[in-house]
This record gives sequence, structure tokens and C-alpha cells, in this order.
Amino acid sequence: MVDVVRHDVVIVGGGCAGLRAAIAAVEADPTLSVALVSKVYPMRSHTVSAEGGAAAVPPGAKDDSLEKHAFDTVKGSDFLADQDVIQYFVEEAPKELTRLEHWGCPWSRNADGSVATRPFGGMQTPRTWYATDKVGFHMLHTLFQHSLRFDRIVRYDEHFVSKLLIDGGQCRGVAALDVRTGQVRAVLGRAVILSTGGAGRVWPFTTNGSIKTGDGMALAYREGVPLEDMEFVQYHPTGLPGTGILITEAARGEGGYLLNSEGERFLTTRDYGVGTKAELGPRDMISRAVIQEIEAGRGITLPGKIGQYVHLDLRHLGKAKLESRLPFVLELSRTYAGVDPVTQPIPIRPVLHYTMGGVATNIDGATALPGLYAAGETACVSLNGANRLGSNSLTECLVFGARSGQHAVRFAKGSSAGSESALLEQAKGEGARLDGIRGRKRGGETLAGVRQGMNEAMEAGTGVYRVQASMQQTVSDVAALKQRFEQVSLSDASQVFNTELTAALELRNLLDVAEAVALAAVSRKESRGAHACRDFPKRNDPEYLHHSLVHFGETGPRFSTKPVTLGTWVPEERKY
Amino acid sequence: MADKQKKTIVVTRFDPDKDEAPRQQRYEIPVEPDWKVLDALNYIKDHVDGTLSHRWSCRMAVCGSCGMNVDGTPKLTCKDALADYGDSVEVTPLANFPVVRDLVVDIEGFMERLQKVKPFILRAKELAVEDGPTRQSPVELDDFRQFSMCINCMLCYAACPVTTNEPDFLGPAAIALGHRYNLDTRDQGQAERNQVFREDGGVFACSYAGECSEVCPKHVDPSGAIQQAKMANVIDWVTGLVLRRGDAG
Repeated sequence: MVDVVRHDVVIVGGGCAGLRAAIAAVEADPTLSVALVSKVYPMRSHTVSAEGGAAAVPPGAKDDSLEKHAFDTVKGSDFLADQDVIQYFVEEAPKELTRLEHWGCPWSRNADGSVATRPFGGMQTPRTWYATDKVGFHMLHTLFQHSLRFDRIVRYDEHFVSKLLIDGGQCRGVAALDVRTGQVRAVLGRAVILSTGGAGRVWPFTTNGSIKTGDGMALAYREGVPLEDMEFVQYHPTGLPGTGILITEAARGEGGYLLNSEGERFLTTRDYGVGTKAELGPRDMISRAVIQEIEAGRGITLPGKIGQYVHLDLRHLGKAKLESRLPFVLELSRTYAGVDPVTQPIPIRPVLHYTMGGVATNIDGATALPGLYAAGETACVSLNGANRLGSNSLTECLVFGARSGQHAVRFAKGSSAGSESALLEQAKGEGARLDGIRGRKRGGETLAGVRQGMNEAMEAGTGVYRVQASMQQTVSDVAALKQRFEQVSLSDASQVFNTELTAALELRNLLDVAEAVALAAVSRKESRGAHACRDFPKRNDPEYLHHSLVHFGETGPRFSTKPVTLGTWVPEERKY
Repeated sequence: MADKQKKTIVVTRFDPDKDEAPRQQRYEIPVEPDWKVLDALNYIKDHVDGTLSHRWSCRMAVCGSCGMNVDGTPKLTCKDALADYGDSVEVTPLANFPVVRDLVVDIEGFMERLQKVKPFILRAKELAVEDGPTRQSPVELDDFRQFSMCINCMLCYAACPVTTNEPDFLGPAAIALGHRYNLDTRDQGQAERNQVFREDGGVFACSYAGECSEVCPKHVDPSGAIQQAKMANVIDWVTGLVLRRGDAG
């Protein structure tokens, strides 16, 4: 028998977006019960790794305005983001960060006790709120600890959601593997919110933790919900070579320089389109500049390491400032790169960081499947368009986590629970499917082998710079990898904490996401934001000012488009 | 490469479905000079033995998932250099926790302790967003900031001799977190939390061993937090005594 638990709203993922959605849902109607289902304990969620800050116009700011924040975001997106979404976002952003302050987030402070802000890439004014350089960590723990006040938020920790339960054309719950016991539990609710983060583990060199496997994207995709703008993936300019560990953009926000092998501050001496913003240009442009420097022979080689890199120099900031503003940068550089930023430049190179695309939603977080919502990096509400500005994403998790929570409640109250027997039948089927995966004997493929194949194919086709031929190759490579996955044999038949089983489910999710990324990439024959095609180096608004949509199909994915919502700002050349 | 360095990783294995008691398994594997202990476990999982179970995610010492005992000492394995150990390294589950499987421990008891200390801002009257952010000086922030850095990795519990002998002890991380909120100028929940602190297994159960602060990978200094919390509670108690006498008089 399948174990069944009944709630009103089911949230999948316990990071910043999921926790905010849960709190918003119980606040919207304290009589409702919310299930928070996560494959890890919430405080392990990858929000924890965000470093630099969260953007919002500070209340009472004299030199800033909502319009400026909106325009920066539109321009950063290379005019692909939906402007109604951006308008709502900038209005809500200060309110959300204020709530976090009331809930105890230890924001860094100015001498007068007001919340401190720092400059960030692509932003005209210092509007990035911070708590030293551990902002994601502090926001996540604040939200998680605050969520403990509400006994109507019922957590299912270490439950891996492997299927959405659908009846009568509506999403009415999830099938979740209780990792500890191996049992499949049907978690029923009249609305479901996906907030499982991005899919950075599609690529080999990434800032993302091992849990970032696109689970929510794949769950929705397989039920016919399209994935939007998947070709746009963000390479953060400053990752540590070898591990890919992130060195925050706040390092440049606080005044750090990027230097090539000749010690030259190339963003000020050469034209990379960032103008006087220099190191505080947007991430897509800075990453391209670093790659071009390396290609021009001005990179630095470290023996035994993968690839070439350039330097992030913080020495001139001084020990005191580094210790007070960037303590995590010091710790990470010393522990994982063996350099002390007080006295040595940090080796860095562009590293995959963020998926701008995701589950297509409207401004309420609603997807094409009634009852199914998505928020945060999992979703593409279309705030970020073709390139996200640093420090907008933590705020996005709050703003759209809250909105999707409120709208899911509204939907749930107007909806029935559906046929429980039909839902339980699906959950039972899912249990049988997972039983068939545990310790399965197939061909000679391994999880590690297929994962490595996927990583290599995706890096080859969807790196910082792209060309049609290799993107086309990646499309067919991913299709072949999905076949190879079927030949993977497993060795662990245990019911208890079977991480080989969850790794197999994760890899299958990653392959679905990879398929969507590759098809969306090859279908966009222009350069826009983070999608930089060498064969089509210019933006082409007449033909490509649209969102891409990839739809799942049993015989292969299908591609379509939808219009961008413009508003105050018409597309113009993006130059800083 | 024939000249690649090798190490033997000795791992505690236990699957309650099959094993009556934990056993040790040895894996001789090629290692890289810059590897952390976690890299060795991941190598084993990917290339030698897919049945090995351990938790990990961020691999940058902030998610708190990968705490284990390495050669007997509680460590964050993603931060712990393999090169610091000899040719043979023993990895066992975090001490003082029940084992679920292999290197995975049961942390439900810890989650209950977190809940118990009310780790959230308590106010007599809730603020509205329109009130704007409250003010807090950098000095006031510094009073509690260190105690807000806990990543819940639980190494402190594995190192704590009081936890070994008194399983109901609230323990270092939970007390440090409760104390963090007590010190926050925005909070008014001290009285409620101090009640929890004064219960059996609360702050006075700590014998000031100090091991918790030594193993903490984030320099939270839970031991310092516990001593401060004890002091605050003694003062609270004495003040209460004086007030009650005053009432009687």
C-alpha cells in the first residue's frame, strides 16, 4: 500500500523560493495546511551558496528609483525579459527584503543603523543588500528558522519527488520517495508549487552544488508543461579553476580588478562593450571578455589545472576591508585555491552559474497545467530574459515565491481534491517503477559514464561562445545519451537511503533539461545576452525577439515561441 | 598513470536491511594532491562501489551536509584536505548520532532541538512592512553575528562529551542559535528561550569542555555562547529572586 498524506498546498523544494512560498501560503489562509517536500533538509538547499547580495531599491533612497532598477533589469536581460514582470518585481523587492529584516536576517549595516548596500554588475546604483558575503546562507537560515513558527507548514525532509500526480487535467499532488525508508508516499494537495532550483549540474564546470539537477523542470516538462528560454545559461566570470567554486561578484562590487597575464586591467583598456562600468559590467559581457583575453593569448596557465584563467586582484582593498566585507572570499580562496587574496591575486575563469530559463509560468507563477505553479530558478516567469543581473535572483525567489504561494492558495480553495483512488494508483505505479530501477541490471553503462558524456556534450555545445555546428552535434549527442542511460546498470538494491537510486533519477532529470537547452540553443540564430553565437554575432529583433519554448515529446522534443511582453522600454543597442 | 599516489580509505558500512552491525570496508584508490576527503568518497561512489551512501552538496563548506568523523575527529569532509592524512584514512559516521546507513546519520533529534530554542524573532507586536527596516548599529550586529554563522553541520555534537553521556542535552549548536536570537536587539523572546535554557539538559548541563568550539568549521564558538547564556540565566535568576523578595517585603 502507498502511504498517503493530505494537505492543501504542496511545495516541492525548501530553498529561498519554496520557504517563502510556504510562509506566504499559511499567512494567506491560516486554516490551510502546507506540505514542504524537499530532497534535502531545507537548510542544505543551494540558496545557501549564494554570496553577494539581494537587490532592491532601499526604502527612502535618494539617488535611486524603481524605474532605474527596472531599466537596469530590462537592459541586463538584453530586452528579452517581460516588462510587466519586472515592474511588479521592483515594486515588491524592497518590501520583501524589509520582511526579511523583520524576520531577523543579519543584514550588514551603515553606521547610522540603516541597512547597507553595495554596487553590483549592471546596476546603476548601490542597491544590493548584503550580509557580508554570505547572503544566501543568511537568507536561507532566516527563512527556514522563521518557517518553524508555523505548525501548519508540515515538512517532508529527504523526500525525493519523482512524479507529479494528475487527475482530470489538474495537478493534485506528488509521489515522493522517502529516501530513508525507500517507501513512496503520495503527498496530495489541490495545488503544487515547484521550487527546486536550477540545473547547473548539466554542465561539468559549475558553481552549483550536487543537488542542482533540474528536478522541478523535468517533472513539469514530462507532463507537457513547456520549458522557456532554456538556451540562456549564465556563466559567472569568477569561478575558481578546478572546482568551479564561486568567488562572488561582490569582490568586484567592493572594488576588485580583473587582470590578464600582462597585469593589464583589460576591461578598462580594451573595448568589451562595458564602458566605464569596467568590472561592474553585466556577467555575460565580462565572461566573454575573459574568454577573449584567454583566446588572445593573455590568459595564465597553472600547471596541472584544467584550462587557462585570469586574475581577480583584491590586494589593493586591504586586509581590514577584505575581512569585514568579504570573509567568505578569503576562506574559499585559501581553502580551495591555496591563495591568500590579501597578498595574492585569485585565479578565476568563467563558470556555469545559473539557468535563466525554466518552467514557463505567468506572472502569478501558474503554469500551463492547472494547479501547478513554479517559482525561483526552477521557473521562467521571465524576469531575467537573456541575462540575469547579479543579486536579482535571491530577491526573485522572495517576490515570486510569495506570489506563487498566494495564488496557489487561491487556486486550491476553488478546486476539488480530485479522485483520490486515481491519484493513489499513480503513486503506486511510481513505487513499482522505482522498484524496477533499484539495482537494475541492464547494459555496460554507468551513471558516472553517462553523466560525464552529458557534461562534455553540453560544454562543447553550450559554452560561453557557441557555434551552430557544435550545438547541432550536442542535440544529437544528448539524444544518444538518453539511449545510453537506458543501458545503465546499478548495484544498490537496498531500500534504505539508496543514493544510487536518487542519482539515477537526478541524471534522468538532467538529461531532459539538457535536451531542452540544446534544442533551444540551436534554434536561436542570433546573439542575445548570454547566448553568444559566433555564426550570428548580432542581435536580430525582427526575427528573434521572442521567448523560446521546448515541449516534451515521446519521440523527441518540439520547439515553439511566444512573444515578449514589452512596455516602457523599446529594444535598443545594449551598450554600457 | 602508474606513478599516481594511492591511499586506502577505510569506510564504515552499515545497511540495516542486511547488516547486523557496522563493518569496515577498505578501498584503495588513486588520489589527487588537492583532493578533500569528500573527493575520495565521491570517487569511490562513482568508480568503485555505487552502494556507498553519504550526504554532500555544496562542496564549499556552507551547506553543512557532509560532516563525518575522519580518523576519529569530526570534520566537514568537503573542507578537510586528504593530504593532511597518512596512507590510510578512516571515515566513520558522525559520532553521537544514530546511523541510518553507512555514513548517513539520523539528525531528527537535532532538528527537534533547533525547534525547541525558538530560533526566530519574537516581538510583543509584529511590525508591518510599511514600518520599514528597523535600525541596528554595526556594534549591535557584531554582538550576535558570530553566533548566526552556524551551518548546522553538527560537528559540535559529535565532539561534545556531554552529548555522549547525556543524550537529552540541548547541545552546542542549538544553544548558540537560541542565544543568537537572545542577543539580537530586534528580539523580545529572551524570557521564553531562557526557560528552555534552564530546563534539565539545558545550558547548565554543559561542563565547559570546549571541544565544540575547537571542531567548529565556521568559528561560531558555541562554547562561548553557552557560557554567556549561563551567565545571563544566573543574572536572570538572581534578579528574579531579588524582585520576589521585594514583593514579599
